[in-house]
Amino acid sequence: MIEVRIHGRGGQGNVVAAYLLATAAFNEGWYTQAFPAFGAERRGAPVVAFVRLNHEPIKRRCQVAAPDYLIIQDEALMNVPGITDGLKPEGSILLNTARSSEDYPSDNELVTLPATNLAQQYLGRPVPNTALLSAFLKLTDLLPQSSLIQSLEERFKGDVLEKNIALIEAAADTIPANLWKQTANA
Amino acid sequence: MSTNNQAITSEQFVHLRKNQPRFEGIESGHRACLGCGEALAARLVTEAAGPDVMIANATGCLEVFTTPWPESAWRLPWMHSLFENAGAIAAGMEAALKAQGKHTKVLAFGGDGGTFDIGFQALSGMLERGHNVLYVCFDNEAYMNTGIQRSSSTPHAAMTTTSPPGSERMGKRHLKKDILSIVAAHHIPYAATASVAYPSDLRKKIRRAMAIEGPTFIQIHSPCPLGWGHDGADSIKVARLAVQTGLFPVIELERSELIGSMPIRNPRPVTDYLELQQRFRHLFDKDDTRAVEELVHIQALADHNIKHYNLRGEGMDALDSDGADSVRRGGMRWA
Amino acid sequence: MRKALEGSQAIAQTVALCRPQVVAAYPITPQTHIVENIAKLVADGKMDCELVSVESEFSAASLVLGAVSAGSRTYTASASQGILLMSEVLYNIAGLRVPMVLTCANRAISAPLSIWNDQQDSMAVRDAGWIQLYCADNQEAVDTTIQAYRISEATELPVMVCVDGFTLTHTLEPIDIPDQDMVDTFLPPFNFKRALDPASPTSVGTLVSPDFYPEARHSHHHALLNAADEIIAADADWKQLSGRSAGGLLSVDGPDDARIGIITLGSVYGTLSAARDEYPDLPATKLIKLRAYRPFPIDALHTACTGLTDLVVLERALSPGYGGIVSSEVHAALSGMATVPRIHSFAVGLGGRDIPLDIYRKLHDQIDVPEPGPFTIIDVELEKLPVEDHGSEQSASG
Repeated sequence: MIEVRIHGRGGQGNVVAAYLLATAAFNEGWYTQAFPAFGAERRGAPVVAFVRLNHEPIKRRCQVAAPDYLIIQDEALMNVPGITDGLKPEGSILLNTARSSEDYPSDNELVTLPATNLAQQYLGRPVPNTALLSAFLKLTDLLPQSSLIQSLEERFKGDVLEKNIALIEAAADTIPANLWKQTANA
Repeated sequence: MSTNNQAITSEQFVHLRKNQPRFEGIESGHRACLGCGEALAARLVTEAAGPDVMIANATGCLEVFTTPWPESAWRLPWMHSLFENAGAIAAGMEAALKAQGKHTKVLAFGGDGGTFDIGFQALSGMLERGHNVLYVCFDNEAYMNTGIQRSSSTPHAAMTTTSPPGSERMGKRHLKKDILSIVAAHHIPYAATASVAYPSDLRKKIRRAMAIEGPTFIQIHSPCPLGWGHDGADSIKVARLAVQTGLFPVIELERSELIGSMPIRNPRPVTDYLELQQRFRHLFDKDDTRAVEELVHIQALADHNIKHYNLRGEGMDALDSDGADSVRRGGMRWA
Repeated sequence: MRKALEGSQAIAQTVALCRPQVVAAYPITPQTHIVENIAKLVADGKMDCELVSVESEFSAASLVLGAVSAGSRTYTASASQGILLMSEVLYNIAGLRVPMVLTCANRAISAPLSIWNDQQDSMAVRDAGWIQLYCADNQEAVDTTIQAYRISEATELPVMVCVDGFTLTHTLEPIDIPDQDMVDTFLPPFNFKRALDPASPTSVGTLVSPDFYPEARHSHHHALLNAADEIIAADADWKQLSGRSAGGLLSVDGPDDARIGIITLGSVYGTLSAARDEYPDLPATKLIKLRAYRPFPIDALHTACTGLTDLVVLERALSPGYGGIVSSEVHAALSGMATVPRIHSFAVGLGGRDIPLDIYRKLHDQIDVPEPGPFTIIDVELEKLPVEDHGSEQSASG
């Protein structure tokens, strides 16, 4: 089972990111589960969502305590104590920042993506979630990019959909392929 | 039956008028107190509304005295759920009938407790959402069902078991809530007051409301001989004096605009009304200076109503407070 | 069709398949998404009903009561404070013996204010006279919602479908949404024979004197007891059509020779089931999923508990000053058995506290004692409380 924890701020589409990833996996035949760390958070507050992907039905409903991956939608969250708690030793971090991964020394592998800048460029809005998901798929090779496009098509349409597709293609281009493939398939 | 086109005599006409079958939604044999204004009002309302209705009735005297299981005085589809939800029950009936493509009109019945107080929120919601419901409030100015406790409809200075007069109090300290204005402020198509003392006027208003698609509201002043402390035989007289003194203005509003009122031919002093009722007897204690002050105060309230609603009549008027039908059924004045 | 759906979305789509003519609701976390999804279905012309956005839960329940009394199939949903606010109406609905379905997106009760999941809300209206069915996952929520309409209309009793708030309502997972034909086959059009009708006027909700009140209560009580048969039949028939059972009155999973049982209501079942796989070293354990809480399935419980030496009742609410609500009933229900298992009573996950896998090991540790201890909130962290609030070892009950 692959477990992902997504950190972000209210308004960044954290839950939507979790749902998109789970839906993409579902479209590829996985058993999936996605849920928010239920909060009453308002826009801007730190929020968490979880995704599980498995080849068997997923029965547990507890929060993801020991994720394989962290997707962090706001670089400032790296300063929040406990943000990487439970991350498996071989686990990896995908961080939304315009800075280099060298600026974020970590025991775990950490890849950065300027997702907000890309979103601003392609969507005209600073919503980094879809760009990060695209990068995540490229890094792990867990699912084809087409599965993400399909899950976007189920949720969005028209202009928003087209711009997001352009965005995720651009995001994927900036990321080395299959960097995390080995852990994903472990 | 008369033959050909032969004119019938006035005697025959009266006979015919008195004996023609008319629809009764609530039958005799119920257990209301003698002289109950609410029972009379309910009968008049259902007669005028006709058989194609469905009723949501709030908890109260009307519910209790009409339906001691396994008996029922109702000859209409009628439902009682709770004290504070008649507006919402009626709204649900209306939504269901709408979904089923039926045109049966829904009526909601509540006393002043179920309307002014505990059921006010459900009423407001029903009005705001524009349900096609005629809400009728039988206003007897206190919680009579539980034994005469004050409501927000109880008039100022009236004695109830929870607003007793004493060395520190002169009955209810607060004013009667102006429910009609509050209801009208929802800008519903039609809102009116009526009195059991004027059945033709009451029926006319019910028929008018029945013809409107949308929320309508009629508040009917309904004396309670037990709670008000008057002879059961005087219910109509007392109700009529409430109108004639200006204490209960009989008015109509459309979309919150005043469109009509029953003129008062010769406004009577409020004491004519108050002195008939035990609930105001502490105001007639000649040794109590507070009583005099309260009487002046209540007269001022009546004067304010007359001025505010421009109730003073301009002479003889068949539909004013002295002319409008208050006893006979039918005839010219049966509008 | 199998889709990846958020629980609330799946419930809304299922409600639409059941063709209610009147829906009334007042939004409250975590029920909100259900109502929002229904509103969208109505707005998009995919659901043909009168949707009434009322001004309170009290009016939501009242409105659907008025609507069903006028002959329409109805739906409402609520949670927590909303269930409490409508509680007077809930009793009234059941007493009037009208069929309807309500989804309770289970949530804790204030104070202290919590928007998160436990089951104190539905437990608080346990005695309202409704059928209560608890769902362990979103598929069960879908299947139970459909079954609930049939059960309700067959028994003329309202049904509360209890779905853990957030844990189910806000979780996206693969869910099979049946097609319209299947639901139409299972669920005949609504025909309420006691509906109000101007052509044949009846009086409903009359004043009943002591001469008749006990008889009304007797008949209501027995209607609920008899509803067990319809709950079983509806689930069996639905299984024939869809291939899925939602668990009848209760279901048991585990080896026949297991001597330990854990009984739960709602979604914690899944976590325990996963945990059992994770901890194969622990003694064999039967998991008992109590789906029908009202009517309470005493006979089925006897069968399920036969051969057990220890039974853990793990619940999501409590009766302060007594202890476990479900456990007290299980105690009473099992007292007639030849060999009564030792009953251990715990609450867990109150106010949405995460229920991790290792709760399973903790339960096994706690029951490995000479005598069952008093009721405890198993995941309480006493170090967060002043010493004087730690409580005595002895509580009032088990």
